[in-house]
Amino acid sequence: MDPGQLLQLLIAGLVLGVIYALIAVGFITVYNVTGIINFAQGEFVMLGAMLAVTLHKYHLPLPLILLISVAAMALTGMLMQRLAIRPAKSATLVTFIIISIGISIALRGAALLIWGTNPYTLPPFSSQTGLEWLGAHIQVQSLWILAITLFAFAGLFYFFEKTYTGKAVKACVINPNAAELMGINPQSMSLLAFAIAGGMGALAGVVITPITLASYDMGLMFGLKGFVAAVLGGLSSVPGALIGGVLLGILESLGAGYISSGYKDALAFLILVLILFVKPDGLLGKIRGNRV
Amino acid sequence: MIHDSSRRRRFIKTIFPVLLTLALTLLPVFNNSSYVLSTLIFIGIYSIVTISLCLLMGYAGQISLGHAAFYGMGAYGSAILTVKFGVNPWLGMVAAAVFTALVAWAIGIPTLKLKEHYLALATLGFGVIIYIIFTQETEWTGGPSGLNGIPYLSLGKLTFNNDISYYYLVWIVVLLTVYLATNIVNSRIGRALRAIHGSETAAEAMGVNTAAYKLQIFVLSAVFASIAGSLYSHYITMINPSPFGFKMSIEFVLMAVVGGIASIWGPLVGVSVVIFLTQFLRDAIPYLIPGAGGEVEIVAFGLILAVIMIFMPEGLFRGLVDRWDNPARYRKTPSPLPSSMWEEDES
Repeated sequence: MDPGQLLQLLIAGLVLGVIYALIAVGFITVYNVTGIINFAQGEFVMLGAMLAVTLHKYHLPLPLILLISVAAMALTGMLMQRLAIRPAKSATLVTFIIISIGISIALRGAALLIWGTNPYTLPPFSSQTGLEWLGAHIQVQSLWILAITLFAFAGLFYFFEKTYTGKAVKACVINPNAAELMGINPQSMSLLAFAIAGGMGALAGVVITPITLASYDMGLMFGLKGFVAAVLGGLSSVPGALIGGVLLGILESLGAGYISSGYKDALAFLILVLILFVKPDGLLGKIRGNRV
Repeated sequence: MIHDSSRRRRFIKTIFPVLLTLALTLLPVFNNSSYVLSTLIFIGIYSIVTISLCLLMGYAGQISLGHAAFYGMGAYGSAILTVKFGVNPWLGMVAAAVFTALVAWAIGIPTLKLKEHYLALATLGFGVIIYIIFTQETEWTGGPSGLNGIPYLSLGKLTFNNDISYYYLVWIVVLLTVYLATNIVNSRIGRALRAIHGSETAAEAMGVNTAAYKLQIFVLSAVFASIAGSLYSHYITMINPSPFGFKMSIEFVLMAVVGGIASIWGPLVGVSVVIFLTQFLRDAIPYLIPGAGGEVEIVAFGLILAVIMIFMPEGLFRGLVDRWDNPARYRKTPSPLPSSMWEEDES
């Protein structure tokens, strides 16, 4: 086993993993505040990436593109909450899954309408493209991704731990009923959760585009993998998302490198199924009793 | 009022299957264009899968986001056995169903212990894995380009190689499926399943062996899906992995939920609505918005779906029947509770 290759695979997995973690944050926040698994999460990733590609054509600077794209998707998330989730008050779990699938089909169709089926790319965030380190070839964009996600997670940590609004969201995550009794408005928290989901999704989409290209149908796989990461991490906390995402990314990357690239997606889901069988609440899951 | 509505309901329950069967039998006399017939054949095939999914979702309360895998195993089972080994198509269909049942049984034991999102995710994962096997095991499945030259089904001198004969064949299977499903629902097993749906813990406390019932219905559901897959193979006579992926699994759940999962006739409504809506949008949108392509159709489809679910979460069939039964309740307040049970036979 060549250590350089191993290192390279590990770094590639780490990069993929933090992307999955960003997407998983969206799933987790929305799920814990509203009880909904939002299958349109992957489409936020796709729309964020596609919007960035379009903005890039107008020669806007990259940091500005990133900001606009994240803000636009946060807004899209809020719109989705207002137009599709809020009106369906008494819906069941499966119904909400279907509603979000409906929205995701519509968003994917809209992207197809606007951008067509071609894949697009963004230039890497800096002009230097690659460097050698301990025998591994590393794309500089990978380092950008790690730095930006680290920054995003630090921001999320600050938001959830240090700001009043963040603590209110966290309170909803821990116990929605108790939070409501304390005077926290669940509707505005739900709106905020969707904004976070949209923003984090867009961030993931924009930073990964220079490596993987962006196309109208990229949302499905990213969404599924983000969901897997969220469940691996226990579907209950932001650090859990990070651990679940990185674990999934590294396993997927090693599987693709050493076992079979054709089966890399299957491997991710196989690990998922096995973990679910052994530890159904995720690796970091809370221990819960059965409710009658 | 209550008497009136229950009498009306009983009347519908007797008359509806008879009318439907009559309409289905006579339809080809009035219109035998292959466009209409092939649409109806697909509605039939999807209905079988969707009914089986409804048994699982609506009655046992277990979600499956991987049902296209069982459907695909039936299709590929039939195709591989007949093309590569020259097995008789009927025998191939049975063998594929038995194989699918075994896989469903093995998968079901650990999977059905999971709940809600975890169950959804595990079935989803299973579906993705099977789909990837279809695309990767080129030696057996022909990989992405698939298999062709699948033989037609035949019965004595009658070969099911045209739309009209296949139409009757498929719909006989559909009606059989409905008959079987209705019997299950109204039997001891059906009551046990509804108890599980209501509250698993409570059902267990009353002495229902929930694990065994869930597993049985899961395996049965997989077998129905497998048979539908075999029917697909022998109709199209060539297959590739694309109709058996995650999107198809979602589409089955969609059809089930649009029709209403807690009913046996709902799936027929759901499948028809989804298929006709797709066709209608394909025809109508270029007319309404000149120059618009198929993309607008996808957008509209997604939005209509979301709107149906937002305003009629119990599904179109249940929703419309309830509103017709008891219009006063719906005049001011929209559906307070999604009705989760298919009414029992009045005894």
